[in-house]
Amino acid sequence: MRAVPATGHGGGRASLEPDIAVLDQDPPAGGTDVLRINDLRVEFRFPRYSVEVLAGIDLSVGSGEIVGIVGESGSGKSVTALSIVGLLQRPGFVTGGRIDFAGTDLLEVGADEMRAIRGNRISMIFQNPRASLNPVFSVGKVLREVLRVHSGLRGGAATARAVELLADVGLFDPNAVLRRYPHQLSGGMAQRVMIALALASSPQLLLADEPTTALDVTIQYQIIQLLSRLRQERNLAQIVITHNLGVIAELCDRVAVMYAGTILEEAPVERIFDAPRHPYTQGLLAARARTELTGRLESIPGQVPDMRNRPPGCPFSPRCPHAGDVCRTANPAMEAVEPRHRVACHRWTELA
Amino acid sequence: MIAFITRRLLLLVPVLLGVTVVTFTLTRIIPGNPIDLMVSPLASAETRERIAENAGLNDPLWVQYFRYIGGVTRGDFGDSFVTDQPVLADLTSRFMPTFELTLFAMLLAVILAVPLGIASAVWRGTWIDHVSRLLAVFGVAMPVFWVSLVAIYVFFFLLNWLPAPQGRIGVIITPPATITGLYTVDALLTGDWKALRSSVQSIVLPASVLAFAAMAPLARMTRASMIEALDADYTRAARALGLSERSVVFRHALRNAILPVITMIAIVYGYLLGGVVLVENVFAWPGLGRYVYNAIASSDYPALQGFILYSTTAYVLLFLLVDILYVILDPRVRI
Ligand SMILES: Nc1ncnc2c1ncn2[C@@H]1O[C@H](COP(=O)(O)OP(=O)(O)OP(=O)(O)O)[C@@H](O)[C@H]1O
Ligand SMILES: [Mg+2]
Repeated sequence: MRAVPATGHGGGRASLEPDIAVLDQDPPAGGTDVLRINDLRVEFRFPRYSVEVLAGIDLSVGSGEIVGIVGESGSGKSVTALSIVGLLQRPGFVTGGRIDFAGTDLLEVGADEMRAIRGNRISMIFQNPRASLNPVFSVGKVLREVLRVHSGLRGGAATARAVELLADVGLFDPNAVLRRYPHQLSGGMAQRVMIALALASSPQLLLADEPTTALDVTIQYQIIQLLSRLRQERNLAQIVITHNLGVIAELCDRVAVMYAGTILEEAPVERIFDAPRHPYTQGLLAARARTELTGRLESIPGQVPDMRNRPPGCPFSPRCPHAGDVCRTANPAMEAVEPRHRVACHRWTELA
Repeated sequence: MIAFITRRLLLLVPVLLGVTVVTFTLTRIIPGNPIDLMVSPLASAETRERIAENAGLNDPLWVQYFRYIGGVTRGDFGDSFVTDQPVLADLTSRFMPTFELTLFAMLLAVILAVPLGIASAVWRGTWIDHVSRLLAVFGVAMPVFWVSLVAIYVFFFLLNWLPAPQGRIGVIITPPATITGLYTVDALLTGDWKALRSSVQSIVLPASVLAFAAMAPLARMTRASMIEALDADYTRAARALGLSERSVVFRHALRNAILPVITMIAIVYGYLLGGVVLVENVFAWPGLGRYVYNAIASSDYPALQGFILYSTTAYVLLFLLVDILYVILDPRVRI
């Protein structure tokens, strides 16, 4: 089922072998959560109308845990991540919820405080790493700026630390990389540089928004291994956003499946692959299986809903093969399938 | 770098040759007979003929052309029909006044337009953006000539803050000793306060009028490229790294946005050289603009051709400077 070969990482983390039960290997629930999102709501406001693109998201990330977010384009994955670090741009507005990080609600902190957290205690990396590096600055210049801002390092100390960081993300000849400009880097090197920048001040949480989407398959695999190693070595908690279930299988402990601004299912990675409960999750897995068979990118039949006029009831109901009357009228609540497996579906018990 | 500059300077030769062909042909096609200028209207047909013969105007065009090119390579652009002076000497003596005027106009325009463009990009859609757009519309829509007259009316006639159009310096003031050829700078360098005061008063209005016209495209260009830079992935990434808004805007975004603005400055400078013809006439500024205006009015071929060669060279050198700046500022440009 999993296309990407497994990296046997230890530490009692979720194994990649599909048939090993993992529930007891998860970090203890509560208490050690690095991040806890409650009922996060985001709206995009336009002159004539507004669109609710996040309709109440609940998600938590344990210490050293890697949580994946999957879902079709436009489901709100990036908006979720940007809201966490306060980078949501107008016309997007957070309209409700809490984001707890180390005892503070990130939605309440001021701009300066948020800036001190961003890139320091929570870092974010993006798709398209080469465009994310400023074309007119050398790698060393930006690294030194970040080290000065967050760690107060200057001169030789900053350079030494920069070299160390670049070596740490697996770049050979870090001294030469320091002098390079973005156009002189390959995509994979650029993403490693972005990760080095993100790690400059030892954050507790890394948000990776499609970190491998723009890269070649072999490079994708190396970046995944790098992220996996960072978790092992630094206990770095991560939220990894991706379209790629292979990345999820390879890297994540837990997965949240997003659809039209809501989380439809959330479970440890093995449960998602072996016992998916939501018809949408099942559809994603089936589409992936078909893709592997036909070699073409297959998708779930039907259209992603227009968020402007959300259908009443379950957001997936217009495309759901099992949708009944109740699905088209009432919004399903999150229910626990197992202690750490939750699903928002009226009919999951019938369908199981 | 040296090789790059040399190559570009060598390129000047074919460019200038091409320009001479075009201007030579054009100046012979446009109406107006220079003989009328050289002789009294009462002169006999024989006299006219003799003078035309002496000036070489009866030879075939290509003979005239090669005679001209031969002269140009020796630094001889011919003599002006009007001033009777060598054209090159005429142009050189009028270069500095125009350079001073356009330099101040450009500095003023850049100092005002670039911050305005940045502000309207950062606060797009707010009042500052609207004001800047309005200014740009006025700057483009209002003819320089008309703005000059209004400016004189208001600041000299009504308010009497500034002197009447008097050229580069008051009539009774002795110009400062020549060091750079720029009156204001020379007055400052020699500590000649009277000359400084008068030359600054003289240049304020014409430079402001030109700057007003130049500001519009600069501010719009700055706004557009700044918006692009602020929306770029690298700007979002810089914010994600927790860098201050000041660093994000003025280091990360501006450093990219300024590149197209530099090109625009060069383009606008060339466009200023057109506007300067009118402004110099209104303000009695003894520069190239007035010279070329008179040359056109009196079919002064040698002066016209000389001016075009002169300004083409200036333009090519200006763009060479821009390219050198690009090499310095943009690591992606390699020579
Ligand atoms: N700047 C914006 N202006 C208007 N709408 C936006 C903006 N950014 C995002 N949206 C809307 O918010 C919703 C969620 O977008 P988001 O970028 O989070 O999707 P995503 O899940 O990251 O998709 P993808 O997989 O394509 O990256 C989409 O419907 C999108 O149209
Ligand atoms: Mg996205």
